[in-house]
Amino acid sequence: MALLEARKLYARYGESDVLHGIDLEVAQGSIVALLGANGSGKTTTLRALTGGVRTSGNVLFDDREIAGLPPEAVARLGIAHVPEGRGTLGSFTVRENLSMGAYTIKDGKRSKARYEKLVGYFPWLVDRREQPAGLLSGGEQQMLAIARALMMEPRVILLDEPSLGLAPIIVKRIFEILRTINREDGVTIVIAEQDAAAALALADTAYVLEVGRVAISGPSADLAGNEQLRKSYLGY
Amino acid sequence: MSGMRVNKYWSVAVLALLVLVLPRFVPSYAAFELTFVGAYAIGILGLVILTGTNGQISLGHGAFFGIGGYAVAILAQKLGVPFWASVPLAAIVSGILGLGLGLVALRLEGVYLALATFALAVATPSTLKHFKSLTGGSQGLAVPSLSPPGPLHGVITSEQWLYYVTWVIAGALFLLTSIALGGRLGRALRAIRDNEVAAISFGVNPQRYKTFAFGWSAAYAGIAGAIVAIATGFVSPDTYTVALSLALVTGAVLGGIDTLWGALLGGVIVEFLPLLVQKINPAAPSVVYGIALVLFMIFLPGGIARSIQAVIHPLRLRREIHHARS
Repeated sequence: MALLEARKLYARYGESDVLHGIDLEVAQGSIVALLGANGSGKTTTLRALTGGVRTSGNVLFDDREIAGLPPEAVARLGIAHVPEGRGTLGSFTVRENLSMGAYTIKDGKRSKARYEKLVGYFPWLVDRREQPAGLLSGGEQQMLAIARALMMEPRVILLDEPSLGLAPIIVKRIFEILRTINREDGVTIVIAEQDAAAALALADTAYVLEVGRVAISGPSADLAGNEQLRKSYLGY
Repeated sequence: MSGMRVNKYWSVAVLALLVLVLPRFVPSYAAFELTFVGAYAIGILGLVILTGTNGQISLGHGAFFGIGGYAVAILAQKLGVPFWASVPLAAIVSGILGLGLGLVALRLEGVYLALATFALAVATPSTLKHFKSLTGGSQGLAVPSLSPPGPLHGVITSEQWLYYVTWVIAGALFLLTSIALGGRLGRALRAIRDNEVAAISFGVNPQRYKTFAFGWSAAYAGIAGAIVAIATGFVSPDTYTVALSLALVTGAVLGGIDTLWGALLGGVIVEFLPLLVQKINPAAPSVVYGIALVLFMIFLPGGIARSIQAVIHPLRLRREIHHARS
């Protein structure tokens, strides 16, 4: 069953349409990759799913219509969005960033337990907990942003280009953590990525976007295994 | 950490004691000046909330001073409302208008918000002059002074009484603000300032908080304006010019826009800096404000308050830098 689903999703910025009727299905517990070149609509798709841009069409979460809800309301349903770039709060310490992630959880014990659990995934956070997030390296900030999004116990986490500007070794670590979170915690993941090879290796299903439309979709193993598709759509 | 907290309590206690005994040791006009310090500190505290904590700029807070001042004047003169009721009402009126401006501000950011609030400051005097029947036009309105209650009659002057009342209000508002900014509300406001997109992503509603911050800080400016009006004994349109709005922002930046201590220092600066430099030349205060503002923005963006902290806690700072580098 699909946990998150888009049907004929259109999105526009001012006068121009950016998405032209996207159909997307994210199965419960799966990892879905959104691939495509710059400007193909990956970021806008994530924003359309989370209420960050004006849309028409349907967005269903758990079979409930959520299109038109403001982004903070979508977040409260359990859809975490890690926006592109450094989604951290620079003047907050690492620990404060994490506790802000649990903003919607008012039960202190629960958010503390959550903190302990996440520190298991990102052990270095413990040493840096009293440091302002603005002083962390790019990779650390990206990981902190992911950890913070996981603090709210989301059912699905949407990641926008987590590899952007990071060293390959760091990207590898981040992807390993994502896989662990998906397997152990059952968190569903939607990841928009430029690094198609890495994303296909991680994801179960992939959607390739081209100027606001789904050009091709299917199991990521099929896409990765078909040289012709890979060359024409993903350029590698 | 706990050592620092004890330090904080001590400094607050010393300050409270100082406020209590000061009128005994200084001439009466000094108590009068210190009343203004308290009022300005309250107004600047509003800017610490709005600009320092929430990241929204206002170059028009002098307008809310005016609203507070005129509210007290009109309530006292036309309706005979006593002080203890008129100041809270001034805060409410000013706060509601602040919420209104906050709604407008949602559509504006950075330079555009600065310009819009600046326009508000520019329009304030002529608007006040326009509604003659209510505001008394260019003449303004008289505000009755605050006489000390029965048992204190003859013991302290009404200047001294207003001084104490002002500092009790200031103390209460600083305490309230300190608690509110230290909690969930303060964290949400800061998160929006740091990264609005991120704040939204974990469920904070930025519209609600940003509008609230405007109303909250305008209410403080209204209280400050009410006190200034009572201390001065009258309100007139030319008190609430652009210069007042800019003085508040300058005081906030020089004092330290993101700390409560900064608001207190800002109050001292706004009251005493012009008195000091006026002796050189009547136009000197504006020039000094301008130059100081630029220099602080470049060299001491945390204002005096943060600079003092940096001197007092050099070890802590060094440790932080060390941590950051390793």
